[in-house]
Amino acid sequence: MTQAALAIRGLTKTYGNGVNALQGIDLEVSCGDFFALLGPNGAGKSTTLGIVSSLINKTDGQVSVMGYDLDTQREQAKRNLGVVPQEFNFSVFEKVGDILVTQAGYYGIPARTAAQSAEKYLKALGLWDKRAEQARHLSGGMKRRLMIARALVHEPQLLILDEPTAGVDIELRRGMWQFFTDINREGKTIILTTHYLEEAEALCRNIAIIDKGRILENTSKKSLLAKLQQETYVLEFEGGNERLARLPDPRWTLRENDTVEVVIRKGEGLNAVFQTLEHLGVRVNSIRPKSNRLEELFIHLVGKDAKRDAQGATI
Amino acid sequence: MNGRWIAFETIVIKEIRRFLRIWSQTLLPPAITISLYFVIFGNLIGPRIGEMHGFNYIEFIVPGLIMMSVITNAYANVVSSFFSMKFQHSIEELVVAPVPNHVILSGYIAGGVARGLCVGLIVTLLSLFFTNLHVHNLGVIVSIVILTAILFSLGGFINAMYATKFDDISIVPTFVLTPLTYLGGVFYSIDLLPEFWQNLSLINPILYMVNAFRFGLLGVSDIPLGVAYGMIIGFVVVLYVYALLLLKRGVGIRS
Ligand SMILES: Nc1ncnc2c1ncn2[C@@H]1O[C@H](COP(=O)(O)OP(=O)(O)OP(=O)(O)O)[C@@H](O)[C@H]1O
Ligand SMILES: [Mg+2]
Repeated sequence: MTQAALAIRGLTKTYGNGVNALQGIDLEVSCGDFFALLGPNGAGKSTTLGIVSSLINKTDGQVSVMGYDLDTQREQAKRNLGVVPQEFNFSVFEKVGDILVTQAGYYGIPARTAAQSAEKYLKALGLWDKRAEQARHLSGGMKRRLMIARALVHEPQLLILDEPTAGVDIELRRGMWQFFTDINREGKTIILTTHYLEEAEALCRNIAIIDKGRILENTSKKSLLAKLQQETYVLEFEGGNERLARLPDPRWTLRENDTVEVVIRKGEGLNAVFQTLEHLGVRVNSIRPKSNRLEELFIHLVGKDAKRDAQGATI
Repeated sequence: MNGRWIAFETIVIKEIRRFLRIWSQTLLPPAITISLYFVIFGNLIGPRIGEMHGFNYIEFIVPGLIMMSVITNAYANVVSSFFSMKFQHSIEELVVAPVPNHVILSGYIAGGVARGLCVGLIVTLLSLFFTNLHVHNLGVIVSIVILTAILFSLGGFINAMYATKFDDISIVPTFVLTPLTYLGGVFYSIDLLPEFWQNLSLINPILYMVNAFRFGLLGVSDIPLGVAYGMIIGFVVVLYVYALLLLKRGVGIRS
């Protein structure tokens, strides 16, 4: 077995206001993995990652980073960890370059090496031109990238990304995916949270799903997707509205704008759908999956619960 | 080079860069305020007051005014810098890094001392326009100034750790620091006070610092020097340990 980059046992967290954010979490992420921690708002993702990063005090349980226990070997654990938090957390009046060099200094890296490392990551993340700007003059997407560069400046083994692509445009997001893939390939372990499930599907090998402070699933993306029992397709059609509306099958749902949603069970195939439509004299213009597969599964897993929950689950 | 030393240096450099960057809020105001004191109390009113402990009034108040600016600025530097790090969450940059608490604390104190000394020096140079400066004992001058700056940097640090909003960082300076300084023998010798008020003044720690510093410059003091040192060092040790404890518990930093 490979060494665990992150090992969490029986982790609980009760905040000062009495919220039980984590109710006993076990999680293991192997070295070299690209791991997604998914869950609805308030599930406990940031709390988990905050404890791992020493930003939040745990209530109970054990955490180790690259084999270093947080209780007994916190300094070594910190040295091996880079953190990109969900909220912006740099001084907006500092210059971009200074923020990186200062961060490296906190890790005990001498100025010259720090400057080289800062240059490397500012260039890699397209911020080199901005190095002399105050951080408050950056756009939202640039601020995210600044935090990523800052998290890497001391070359950590494990990188934690708490919603790194929130508010980043699609083109840039793809660029960031490529960057994450590259550094993962170079050997860095990455743990990612995101509400864009296509992101997790595109990047990650293993996935855990957390809800209300408990882990619901923890497995490889492949076996998770294999659990998908059904998929919903959206078809755009012409003519035959009334006939479709009268279709007794509950798997068919007629929507506005001449579209219909149909649920296809695993192994069923699409032929039967087209036969039905042909029979009704409906012409299909286009067909697409309603959501990506992971999204569908996620809603299935978390959504059941959420219906009972007044707050609901937003992904 | 040792990693902890680099971390310490990094904090100090960042702190110095900060107060130099905003010099119009950090260095200029004390220079103006203290110059006004020199003009009004020294030149305009001073001659009417006459001598105190055998010195011109302005000569007598210069040490107190220098001390006052060191105290306020050391305190202000740490309290506002550390609180704004908390406010912007950039304190997390330090918390995630392997920086021991005593290094964090020493770094901020050094930043406060740097600002205190910087302003103290500016005020001292300005005072030369108004009076001659005596040097009675350089060792006392330097050690008292540094110890005092350390003490009030620590005070500012503890204030910042507890502070949750901007109001909280101005309460102590306004309601505690300023009155204690003004009543701490900056402008008068406590010999002038009735006995009751003299005795009451003796529980004001700032009195000891101002007098010890005045001794360094002029060679006169209302209180024995040894007591002053003992008092300041005692306070420094207590506050240092207390601040470390707060850091260890992560008060106001970690939930
Ligand atoms: N500092 C805090 N004090 C009190 N309760 C908190 C604090 N931070 C988080 N919580 C609560 O803990 C629970 C978990 O929050 P957490 O931030 O870990 O969720 P999350 O999975 O990261 O959600 P999101 O996707 O919205 O970022 C929530 O109920 C939240 O209200
Ligand atoms: Mg979160």
